[in-house]
Amino acid sequence: MKPITVLVSVDSNSVLMGARHFLNYFRDLVKEHNLEDTVDVLETGSMGIYPEGVIVSVLPDGVFYVVRNELDVKRIFEEHILKGRRVFDLEVPESQIKGTVEVEKVAEETRIVLKNVGEIDPTRIEEYIARDGYFALAKALQMEPGEVIEEIKRSGLRGRGGAGFPTGLKWEFTYKASADQKYVLCNADEGEPGTFKDRLIMEGDPHSLIEGMIIAGYAVGATKGYIYIRGEYHSSIEILKKAVERAYEYGFLGENILGSGFNFDLKIRLGAGAYVAGEETALIESIEGKPARPRLKPPYPPTFGLFGKPTVVNNVETFVNVPRIIMNGAEWFKKFGTESSPGTKVFSLVGNVVRKGIVEVPMGVTVRDLIFKFGGGIEGGRKLKVVQTGGSAGTFIGPDKLDVPLDFDSYAKYGVSLGSGVILVADETHCVVDLALTVMRFFEHESCGKCTPCREGTRMIVNILERISRGEGKKEDLDTLREIARNAGETSFCGLGQSIPVPLLSIVDNFEEEFRAHIGADKCPVGVCEFKKKKEKKKIGVRKP
Amino acid sequence: MREVIVEIVQKAKETAEERDVLINTLHEIQKRFDNFIPPEAAEIVAEELGVPLSRVYEVLTFYTMFSTKPKGKYVIRVCESLPCHVENGREVVKALKEILKIDFGQTTSDGLFTLEMTSCLGLCGVAPVIMVNDEYYGNMTPGRVKDLIDRLRGESL
Repeated sequence: MKPITVLVSVDSNSVLMGARHFLNYFRDLVKEHNLEDTVDVLETGSMGIYPEGVIVSVLPDGVFYVVRNELDVKRIFEEHILKGRRVFDLEVPESQIKGTVEVEKVAEETRIVLKNVGEIDPTRIEEYIARDGYFALAKALQMEPGEVIEEIKRSGLRGRGGAGFPTGLKWEFTYKASADQKYVLCNADEGEPGTFKDRLIMEGDPHSLIEGMIIAGYAVGATKGYIYIRGEYHSSIEILKKAVERAYEYGFLGENILGSGFNFDLKIRLGAGAYVAGEETALIESIEGKPARPRLKPPYPPTFGLFGKPTVVNNVETFVNVPRIIMNGAEWFKKFGTESSPGTKVFSLVGNVVRKGIVEVPMGVTVRDLIFKFGGGIEGGRKLKVVQTGGSAGTFIGPDKLDVPLDFDSYAKYGVSLGSGVILVADETHCVVDLALTVMRFFEHESCGKCTPCREGTRMIVNILERISRGEGKKEDLDTLREIARNAGETSFCGLGQSIPVPLLSIVDNFEEEFRAHIGADKCPVGVCEFKKKKEKKKIGVRKP
Repeated sequence: MREVIVEIVQKAKETAEERDVLINTLHEIQKRFDNFIPPEAAEIVAEELGVPLSRVYEVLTFYTMFSTKPKGKYVIRVCESLPCHVENGREVVKALKEILKIDFGQTTSDGLFTLEMTSCLGLCGVAPVIMVNDEYYGNMTPGRVKDLIDRLRGESL
């Protein structure tokens, strides 16, 4: 290792802000000054929040900078690297980047899932191994499969895809089902608008996912696994493909893994643009080469999954938690988070916040802390108006519910959903009718058309919302919306249609006044919706001479 | 065309389980044939896999990433989800439609641009985001849209 290391975040968000260019420029400068033996310039995954620039860290000093242009690169190189003087105006405190809310309490341990993201070069398996990578696999292979499942059950880990089903229980069902072949699937079809945590995890630390899946395979008796990734996620696909190859080379995948006699094969399958494929049975249909239409449940995948065989389906973030739990034990894991939802959650902060990006914090964090502590507040000093938590199928809340602690039970208790961990912030310049219309258009577009309540329900909802946003809303519209939402929720075939009432009822109920202010009015109260000009009645009068 | 497609199907068969070949095959074909899957190609795939043509088209038309119609040289996909929408994504969509003078699902008469909407691309850290073929562009504004289109038009002269 060289005395100085410069780490540059080269994840897919940062690349769009010039990360690769800055990385090369750093390397050029190092070369120019003949410092190749002293300074290493390495790329790594996302280090966390994006304060409108690329994050660069200089080690061993542990200083974090935000780079916006070439000049910033030059200054950091000339001042910090050459002269050893920190460039204070470009610096950001580590706590702001990594979002360690409970620094005092659990010091540096809030990064469970993102432990390696932004720390290692994701293309080098050696760096992962150097940070105890695949140690958990070795440990698990020395345990009985039943013991592994017991440990996961005791940890209280719940599915991070949104539904929060206990992972250990899912594994146990699959373990107990007898079959000649079982499968482990990773749901990496991250399509929930605003969610990009799985993308950054896969790009920054692909081996943690692979390790989690192999352990799951061993626990339930599956010898084959698939990672189903969105077809649009080019960089995640490339990084994972390479990581899988490396894992085969090192003998973590394939036959007789680490001399245990256990075999496991892992393949990657691409999605082709269908939001509904994120529903687990739809995902299975898609891997089988069919349209991603959800299946009737029961039977559930643990007994009847891929190709009709017992199958475990888990989200990326869920799998990444597994090696950590096996290494450190269930008791350690339960120290984080809330009683019913142990561990941490990776949140995506998006919309009108100052710092957008991902943060990992213990379950039970409040929306207020996420927005103001980690997100740095609202852009342009404007006022917060609406927050949508949990993704498209999540709840819209106003400023009065910011102090609700978020975990898997916060929806049942307070009407604020955790979902996939999206915190979407909209400031006072936005109109709730317009927001509702945008979300419901998404549902209409993504409805697969299999069942009537969802296909027709979403269309009727969009029609009504369009009418309101044109200034042609009727008094009874809000009640009709509520009725359609409830019907779709109760009678739809799958989770997509069933979740329609969550966003729609929450926005209509929490912001009813603003909806009403659109009906019978001359213009949108916020000035966003474009009202149709009303036909003026021709005045009959005497023409003046 | 036949040889190319037979080769793609064979390659997919080698790495896949028995029934999961179709989607990967279609991805590959689309890459080779300018962003769409010609009817002849779909027929050959059906023959090679021994499935009815309707099965192939069922899959082909279900997924938004596949197309049965030829597309422009540049396929522009613009995100219409809320995270982009609240960051002035609406203005970006408007600018695209105005500059290209087409609506979603249409191609410009010179065959250069096709405009499509997409759901979230998972790059919300730099919203609003658009995609031109396989390239992403973040922090878009109406002005940057104009510059980008001008540049692409210039490049294809």
